Amino acid sequence: MQEAAEPLLRVRDLRTWFLTDAGPVRAVDGVSFDLAAGETLGIVGESGSGKSVCAKTIMRLLDPPAKIVGGSIEFRGRDLAKLNEEEVRAVRGREIAMVFQDPMTSLNPVLRIARQLVEAMTAHGRFTAAAARTRAIDLLRRMGVASAQAAVDRYPHQFSGGMRQRVMLAMGVSNEPALLIADEPTTALDVTIQAQILELLRGLNADLGTAVILISHDLGVIANVCSRILVMYAGEVVEEGAPEDLLTDPRHPYTWALLHAAPRIDAEAEDRRLVTIEGQPPDPRAWPSGCRFRARCPFAIDKCAEHPALLPIDATRASRCWVTQAGGALHEPARPKPQARDAQAVAAPQPMLEVRGLTKHFPLPRETLFAEHRVLRAVDGVDLDVMAGETVGLVGESGCGKSTLARLVTRLHEPTGGSIRFAGTDITHGTQAEIRPLRRRMQMIFQDPYASLNPRMTVGEILTGPLLLHGIVEGQAAARSRVEELLGLVGLPRQAMARFPHEFSGGQRQRISIARALALGPDFVVADEPISALDVNIQAQIINLMVDLQDRLGLTYLFIAHDLAVVRHVCDRIVVLYLGKVMEIGRAADLFARPLHPYTRTLISAAPVPDPRVERTRRHVPLKGEPPSAMNPPSGCRFRTRCPVAEERCAVEVPPLLPAADGQLVACHFPGRI
Amino acid sequence: MIRYVGSRLLTSVVMVLLATLVIFLIANTVPGDPALVALGDMAASDPLQVKAFRAQYGLDLPLWDQYWLFLQRLVHGDLGISISSRRPVLDDIIDYAPATLELATVAFILSIVVGLPLGVLAAVRRDSWIDHVARAVSLIGVSAPTFWLAFIMLAIFYGQLDWAPGPGRLDPVSFPPERITGLLLIDTALQGDWATFHDAAAHLVLPSIVLAMATLGLVTRTTRAAMLEALSQDYVRVARAKGLRRWVIVNGHALPNAMLPVVTLGGLAYANLLAGAVMTETVFSWPGLGRYTFRSAVTVDFPAIMAITAIVAAVFVLVNLAVDLSYAMLDPRVVKK
Repeated sequence: MQEAAEPLLRVRDLRTWFLTDAGPVRAVDGVSFDLAAGETLGIVGESGSGKSVCAKTIMRLLDPPAKIVGGSIEFRGRDLAKLNEEEVRAVRGREIAMVFQDPMTSLNPVLRIARQLVEAMTAHGRFTAAAARTRAIDLLRRMGVASAQAAVDRYPHQFSGGMRQRVMLAMGVSNEPALLIADEPTTALDVTIQAQILELLRGLNADLGTAVILISHDLGVIANVCSRILVMYAGEVVEEGAPEDLLTDPRHPYTWALLHAAPRIDAEAEDRRLVTIEGQPPDPRAWPSGCRFRARCPFAIDKCAEHPALLPIDATRASRCWVTQAGGALHEPARPKPQARDAQAVAAPQPMLEVRGLTKHFPLPRETLFAEHRVLRAVDGVDLDVMAGETVGLVGESGCGKSTLARLVTRLHEPTGGSIRFAGTDITHGTQAEIRPLRRRMQMIFQDPYASLNPRMTVGEILTGPLLLHGIVEGQAAARSRVEELLGLVGLPRQAMARFPHEFSGGQRQRISIARALALGPDFVVADEPISALDVNIQAQIINLMVDLQDRLGLTYLFIAHDLAVVRHVCDRIVVLYLGKVMEIGRAADLFARPLHPYTRTLISAAPVPDPRVERTRRHVPLKGEPPSAMNPPSGCRFRTRCPVAEERCAVEVPPLLPAADGQLVACHFPGRI
Repeated sequence: MIRYVGSRLLTSVVMVLLATLVIFLIANTVPGDPALVALGDMAASDPLQVKAFRAQYGLDLPLWDQYWLFLQRLVHGDLGISISSRRPVLDDIIDYAPATLELATVAFILSIVVGLPLGVLAAVRRDSWIDHVARAVSLIGVSAPTFWLAFIMLAIFYGQLDWAPGPGRLDPVSFPPERITGLLLIDTALQGDWATFHDAAAHLVLPSIVLAMATLGLVTRTTRAAMLEALSQDYVRVARAKGLRRWVIVNGHALPNAMLPVVTLGGLAYANLLAGAVMTETVFSWPGLGRYTFRSAVTVDFPAIMAITAIVAAVFVLVNLAVDLSYAMLDPRVVKK
């Protein structure tokens, strides 16, 4: 599409297949695109869409059984697909660099940072070891690593995830490559750190003129950095265009579905159900002959039985869709009528959970034999009420104590101090035997649907376990019919009973986890990041399921998530935690419309919105640095060290959690100043 | 770091003390009266002789006093008088230990020098011929019984081919070098007696191969598994993306990480080689600790058994200490700041 100059990278009809014994897995199956020098290109799509394989193919990082079976990767006049290993090595890290998803595992744990940065530069003979070391320190400084001089001589485990990703970026640009490929670089990071890393990425592109390919499942992240977007589905590019066009007026039903499945942080939701598409992506061993999205497409027409080509819609965009080929837009999703919810809860709110002054201190090993015991103040004086039938969201960066709090209120942890009342009963220090009758009424859903289901038990056994343990049902027949009922409740076929967890996808497993939590008929469900490991569309399905179940069964949720848009969408009230203390509590709509605590304000500001026009009008309050250690929290207000409006008073006086307007509670000496 | 080393050292001392206590208690509870064995049936039927014997060796004291005595003597290097050889046990051990130390060390070096590269190559060239060789070697090494291997080796390389010398540390016609360390290779080298050095080295070949085989198999297998694990890590992919050469990635990135399990195994293996060469020493008429242990056991030579067991325990503790310390050097995460 870009006529002007010769593009930096020209990918044509690229096909990367995994030649397995069970037949070829056609992971990347006919991808074409151009990338101009200095351009920023985003590739978006769900897991298995081929976006990551595509990136690794460009870097030639794939080993057998993966094979480039067709197409070309022209980069500065050479076809990377045809280079031998030694020729590719000269390109890798020198002309094209790559940053990967997980900064915690991307650095070699036994080598110093300096060595890992220096070797990237000396490997290509552009720098001597001494010059490379000096440059490494400069680069770390440029990436915002504090006291870079000392930092280079440390080991990776002495850095946080965000700092490690800065090191990875420094490594990536160390040879001034023409292209930097970033594969989900912020997925493992907190939203505040994500904002910092994206800012850095934009800066590198602007200052050094490095072209960027940013791969992400998050449209907001892509929209924040990229000037052009490719949407991938089933190994193909299905839509291409500028974010302004593609995100406001999608011309492929899959883009449309992605866009509507994710809740927006800037939009008030009339209904808590999200738009989802049915079914699963097709099997990459046998793509359907027609349009690959057809089976799930709400717009499909007869012509879709024929495989569409990626054809231009106008000068700057293209789509692989028969429906929009003529230039027509896709209509807004039909949303169900908003329902008046929680009539009973609104009428007479009964507290389900009352938490007062709750603390949890984890003792740590002594530094020396005679030193004092250090403690990690994971939760440090939290007051919290959850009313029957309501959904309360817990948000905050990693390490703020949200998971510990969830485990305290369900008494998986023993509190250090304070009190917990559940349904009127004090459960603060009850023994497990005393709490067991109440366990029926409170259940948990965990983040990782892979680790939280026993791989050696069938789904039936997983679900009958708690039923028999608590004597809910008597006899196998009754248990079986209850399990069938539960599976129906979470939208799984009853044949699922005889199968093992590994036979299910992530979304289905999370449904099984939910069914397990519901087996005992609880009133109160604590969901610890229940959708974080899932793709956007599956996230929407699980959210819808949880909303449905709440309406049908009158559940009360304590919902922990780091995705603010999801929390805003799902929750009635939100609790903002920072270093084990509550910063602010308020109704979701109020909190987002008028955050009173500077921390809340910065958190909201850090969350990207998948709409460049909105992004431009939003006020950004960047949050500097990373949370201090919970072992040694700052005096006074714990947030003061990162607060843009802190004054001397904040270091001396701990701000109490006091009511502001409309029942919003805030712990700040200067509420609403920012 | 200093704190880490200090705490490891302290733990090691406590471990050795505990080990001596356990040894002492076990030795005193097992049935079998050393007086009976040492004096023979005739003399043992005379209560006076038995009493004199017991008094001579401190066997008539209360248990704790015996232990205290044992500890005090241990600290002074006095391991008691061997009941069967009637010599100080320490002298016996000084006579026998160097042979074992020499054999075990050569076998250990052999298994590392061969096993480590073989394991690395097998992992890097997975499913190639070298991988198959590595797997065959580890299978044979781990599963072939030592005595069988020893006899087969002797039969083929000494009996049939005559490539290697027979049992013993030296040819009967060679004169042993003047004793300095008791390690023949070192003593001969120090004295410039290269003919005897050559003879001693030749005598070491077969027994050290036999002794090394089991360790070699374990080292190869562990290295291969650890390397495969390390090569599949994200940081290796990152290293490739940096454009590093393959051998830099293998040796500079994967190997240091793969060394951790190999070091643990190597330490235990060396300790085992030092303590468990009975079979090999017997077949090769090797005058080492293994044979001394065997002899002491059948004669119920308590002072000797206790001394040997204490030495073995000390060897294990020392080797574990060495493993812990090398861990700290290999993996910065072990020593927390």
